[in-house]
Amino acid sequence: MVVKVYGATYAACPQRVMACLFELGFQFDLIKIDLQSGEQKQPQNLLRQPFGQVPSIEDGDFKLFESRAIIRYYSAKSASQGGTNLLGETLEDRALVDQWMEVKVNNYNPMIYTMVLQLVVLPQQGQVGDMELVRDCKGKLEKVLDVYEERLSKSKYLGGERFTIADLTHLPNTRFLMEEGGMEDLIKRRKNLHNWWLDISSRPSWLKVMDLPK
Amino acid sequence: MNHKRRKKKQKGAKMVVKVYGPDYASPKRVILCLIEKEIDYETVDVDLFKGEHMSPQYLKLQPFGVLPVIEDGDYKLYESRAIIRYYAEKYRSQGSELLGKTIEERGLIEQWLDVEAHIFQPPLYDLVVQLLINPKTGVASDPKRIQEDEEKLTKTLDVYEERLSVSKYLASDTFSLADLSHVPFSNYLMTTLKKEYLIRDRKNVSRWWDDISSRPSWKKVLELHPPVL
Repeated sequence: MVVKVYGATYAACPQRVMACLFELGFQFDLIKIDLQSGEQKQPQNLLRQPFGQVPSIEDGDFKLFESRAIIRYYSAKSASQGGTNLLGETLEDRALVDQWMEVKVNNYNPMIYTMVLQLVVLPQQGQVGDMELVRDCKGKLEKVLDVYEERLSKSKYLGGERFTIADLTHLPNTRFLMEEGGMEDLIKRRKNLHNWWLDISSRPSWLKVMDLPK
Repeated sequence: MNHKRRKKKQKGAKMVVKVYGPDYASPKRVILCLIEKEIDYETVDVDLFKGEHMSPQYLKLQPFGVLPVIEDGDYKLYESRAIIRYYAEKYRSQGSELLGKTIEERGLIEQWLDVEAHIFQPPLYDLVVQLLINPKTGVASDPKRIQEDEEKLTKTLDVYEERLSVSKYLASDTFSLADLSHVPFSNYLMTTLKKEYLIRDRKNVSRWWDDISSRPSWKKVLELHPPVL
């Protein structure tokens, strides 16, 4: 069964799902939703994702939305079938993976989201971004990244010594930070964080996502 | 920080989990789960208004300076939604089943847990800051933000109303971690935030709220750890 992924190749949350499906070896078809024209908020997509967002998946009769729920679902499915384990070995390992996934949602994402809005989205709509807000976010993010640096000085990956969905989930937003965000210095100045980024962003699954036609 | 023992007559687990910050809503998410799973615990007070969450002692446990963190013997874990997943899984065989029966049901629980974290929580948390925390710390509140927060919650709860018209609980017809996760902060809507209309104006959301908030576990949380906000 080929999973249908509704989204766009250039959007962070669909990228997260596609990277995970590549890692786990689950075949999928990407069905493009035109985000620029607001297709995600049209009635047809609202049937799949009632909050008007991407991605969502259809796997036979099974439907799911929220990118982290989707990657958790397929990771659990893979592990239960004896396939690639991106969740962690023990319950305690898996809880640490969950911890870092939540850290990203609560401490990392809000800064990046605000910066995306001010640096990319508003200018695209012909508005001026709030640079003071960007500076404020950057300051907060520096403190958060110090904690990451400390963590990665003690373990190779966020959840432990193995690559897991805790690391994978960071790929799209960190790429944005390094590229359109113009803040690669935040990562490069931190030795362990930088080495971790070089490692995870050179994984074949991520390179495949980056190669997908925009 | 004050260490208070809360010893419960308990079957099951012999380890006593320590939960930091029981006065506040995110730690209550954890305590609610522990009670549902019949897990013994004790609490350590952390006073946010005295800045105890920023003390070097606390930052050693939770480097982002937020609540909660748990200590279970040598094992430490933070982020309330990671903690509740851990205990719901670890004590699968006792207390309420909160994770569903199949991988697909678990997937739907994860979906609504993420909706709670990404969509429901942020404007609600901002309302708590604007209307409950700022007045106590002398920070001015922003009426425009309060209005935006309410508008976002209105749109979100319209989706919940639709969902709960076809499903008894968010993920399925069984109470799960996804419903549990909503309880502590939603309680503020019904009490000190005085925004009950958001719940009561929606028939199914109202029915769902009455159901999940009348569970003995939540009544126990309120009795043992009265909210300070």
